[in-house]
Amino acid sequence: MNAILAAENIKEETAMRDAYCQTLMELAKENSNIVVLDADLMSSMGMVPFWKAYPERTFNVGIQEANMMGIAAGLSATGKVPFAHSFGPFATRRCFDQIFMSCAYAKLNVRIIGSDPGVTAAYNGGTHMPFEDMGIMRNIPNVTILEPVDSVMLKDLIKQTAGMYGIFYIRLLRKNAVKVYEEGSTFEIGKAVKLKDGKDVTIIATGILVDEAIKAAKKLEEQGIIARLLNMFTLKPIDKEAIIAAAKETGAIVTAENHNIINGLGSAVAEVLSENCPVPLERVGVQDVFGEVGPENYLRERFGLTADNIVNKVHKVLQRK
Amino acid sequence: MNENMRKELERFATRIRIETMKEFKELGFGHVGGAMSIVETLAVLYGAVMKVDPSSPRWEDRDWLVVSKGHAGPAVYATLALKGFFPMEELMTLNKPGTNLPSHCDRNKTPGIDMTTGSLGQGVSTAIGVALGNRLDKRDSYVYLIIGDGECDEGQVWEGALYAAHQKLDNLIAFVDDNKKQLDGYTKDVNDLGDIADKFRSFGWHAVRVDGADVEQIYNAIMAAKEVKGKPSVIVLDTVKGKGCSFAENAHSNHHMVVSPEQADMVIEELERKVVEL
Ligand SMILES: Cc1ncc(C[n+]2csc(CCOP(=O)(O)OP(=O)(O)O)c2C)c(N)n1
Repeated sequence: MNAILAAENIKEETAMRDAYCQTLMELAKENSNIVVLDADLMSSMGMVPFWKAYPERTFNVGIQEANMMGIAAGLSATGKVPFAHSFGPFATRRCFDQIFMSCAYAKLNVRIIGSDPGVTAAYNGGTHMPFEDMGIMRNIPNVTILEPVDSVMLKDLIKQTAGMYGIFYIRLLRKNAVKVYEEGSTFEIGKAVKLKDGKDVTIIATGILVDEAIKAAKKLEEQGIIARLLNMFTLKPIDKEAIIAAAKETGAIVTAENHNIINGLGSAVAEVLSENCPVPLERVGVQDVFGEVGPENYLRERFGLTADNIVNKVHKVLQRK
Repeated sequence: MNENMRKELERFATRIRIETMKEFKELGFGHVGGAMSIVETLAVLYGAVMKVDPSSPRWEDRDWLVVSKGHAGPAVYATLALKGFFPMEELMTLNKPGTNLPSHCDRNKTPGIDMTTGSLGQGVSTAIGVALGNRLDKRDSYVYLIIGDGECDEGQVWEGALYAAHQKLDNLIAFVDDNKKQLDGYTKDVNDLGDIADKFRSFGWHAVRVDGADVEQIYNAIMAAKEVKGKPSVIVLDTVKGKGCSFAENAHSNHHMVVSPEQADMVIEELERKVVEL
């Protein structure tokens, strides 16, 4: 792992979906086993260039996610390396049994891409707003769950998973991410990235909440509270060591995620803490409610996915320390 | 159908189109293609066929409509508002914070919306459930169901097709909006559906194909379907994605589109002239 932090956290020029497409094009050039599957969302996912370049290795099955996952499993049984995409809800809950049995239980080799995480589904509304996708996937033994925070991390993780074996769920923002890492950074799956050290409290964040956590840490610093900041981009297998060290060394933890706190990052961290080193924990995230329609900024406020809320939760957790 | 009734329904359809376009204009984008292709069907259902009471949307003896292609919500909202289910002004809240009119149909939010949809394929099953329930309660009412052609890729559609026929559900009348396109292009290029009516027929349904922009053909097909006993009916609508909005009709990719105020105004003016001519 060699994560170089960006000097400035600004919106990236390249959309995440375009970085995804470019990376797969590069991989496909070298590896003839790479195949891409989609369920009528190739254009939404910016994958038309791949489709055009590799029509024989693209399987846009139409609107049939369950069939797609089974086909991906079968392809992988013949040595192909499938990347199967749909929107997060349709890539997980819509085809859970096919992922569970045909892919995971059968010990096959499939990369599942679920796009539009949480509130970033914005105008598509509650039916399309996955607050449960990582939780669903977390229930399957041996699945690796990744949430790349920006395009640099995305490229590195996609390349890594292409050379690995197993079931991967990659939770993918389609839009432009806020830059967190410099070009050339590399990451170790299962190891959190320490974005900042601190002694008073640890904020563990993933996805679009990483940027909010960075802002929160700055505000806290102005108040004399020095927070450690971890980007927990691998939800499973979770980095127990980093969590236990944070508990021992800072004594209080706040998690932040664009997901239901139940069975997401908050739950995963709570499990590690209570079994190893119980310290006060507060969880920023969706408080077990359904999504709704609206602009993303409104939804971030609505569900408390903000730097201000992280700051509040830090104050709360410090009172309990 | 006499000339008066035809004109009345065509006027209603045109008004639905105008109000739908106003919603998209206010928002600046939306699922234009699939909303516009089912407008005539909505006009016939709510203008001449369905037993509903706008002052009592959950009236037990009503006819039901399940719009399984839930992204057509904005056209359904325009229809319901014009029928008086809720104030017209509310149409301007589409997708705004706290709205009762989300992109996809939601039975808990919008008066007159009978079923929550958005994840394609699922409305087929819920419609069957409602039809079975109404039959158990010996209600003399129909369940109408609108499915997209791309949506017919979903296995759930065909699971439902099999079971509805097995149950001889003659109180279920489905429409397939055969606008020949799904999100990524033409259905024949993505996953060829073949002859949709033939497929339903082979599952045991009464199936016909009509011009989905012709209110009279739609009306007559519904009336004929009501006469069919012992099997469910499907009316395959030969439609055009983006119908009635030239900028959308002409665009290759017209599933979800940005709508500029100028584009919207042009369509609205054109359609308003049409209402007067009718
Ligand atoms: C289960 C599921 N998968 C994917 C989507 C995303 N999606 C929304 S509309 C659409 C295309 C629908 O095509 P069609 O049924 O033909 O509708 P129409 O052309 O009439 O708009 C897709 C893929 C969804 N809403 N639900």
